[in-house]
Amino acid sequence: MKNKYKSIILFLFFIFCFVVLYKGLDNPNIYSPNIKVEKKIPLFTAKDFNSNNYINSDIIFEENKYYIVNIWASWCVPCIKEHPLLMELSTNQSIKIIGLNYRDNLNNAKKFINEFGNPYTQILIDSDGTLAVEFGAYGVPETLIIDKHKKIIKKFVGPINGEIVQEIKSIIK
Amino acid sequence: MKILKILLITFLFFGTTQLKSNEKNNEFKNKILKNIRCLICQGQSVYDSESDFASSIKLIVGKKIKEELSEEQIYEFLREKYGNWIIYDPKLNKNTYILWLLPLLLFLLGGAIMVKKLKFKN
Repeated sequence: MKNKYKSIILFLFFIFCFVVLYKGLDNPNIYSPNIKVEKKIPLFTAKDFNSNNYINSDIIFEENKYYIVNIWASWCVPCIKEHPLLMELSTNQSIKIIGLNYRDNLNNAKKFINEFGNPYTQILIDSDGTLAVEFGAYGVPETLIIDKHKKIIKKFVGPINGEIVQEIKSIIK
Repeated sequence: MKILKILLITFLFFGTTQLKSNEKNNEFKNKILKNIRCLICQGQSVYDSESDFASSIKLIVGKKIKEELSEEQIYEFLREKYGNWIIYDPKLNKNTYILWLLPLLLFLLGGAIMVKKLKFKN
């Protein structure tokens, strides 16, 4: 009788291990970032792209509006692809788009803006990528939505597309 | 001449002390960087990686060390930005306690079975 219980417990234990490991096979081993974030924006001081003056985050995000922070670089090909969509979003009066120029050559970045247009109300320089880390970013392009309470409410890793633009519009409505 | 000798010895002494301190700081920084996962190039630590992301993290860690943050405070800063996944050594919390305690439990269970068997034999 005792042996029977032992066998049942052992059997159940193996079944448990099998289920856990089998379930583990379904999990992708590629890291997917958490895009639903509810974090306060970081406090920072950054250099302004046009004036070269240092500016505080409190001043950048002072208005009671939705903000979009777009991390971009002139060397980033997907950034060119998403740029017309940012231009489209920039016509919306209820949002402000802040550009974060990531690890870029300033002259190339200026050429990029002259060639493709400027959707940004302000561009910040992040020459060493540390400001992007403060925002919890992975690279370029990346787009973050900041609500009126100065919280990052959504993050889009990679270039935005038409669907994402619709999603952004529905969030800021 | 004597003054020159004294100056040279003082200069060498402080130079060596500074070098040792820099070496210690680098060791501390590398220890932290080896425990941070590069989220862009998986399977590599930030220490091993040359990606833009890793370079930025290296700079941030250096900055935080200069600000005299402890190792745990630096990990906490990165966890807050990127989640638990960024640290190779998972912290003991409600999501990881099974991971930490299960091997110990199995070890104790195995030990108990062995002791019981040995007692039975004797």
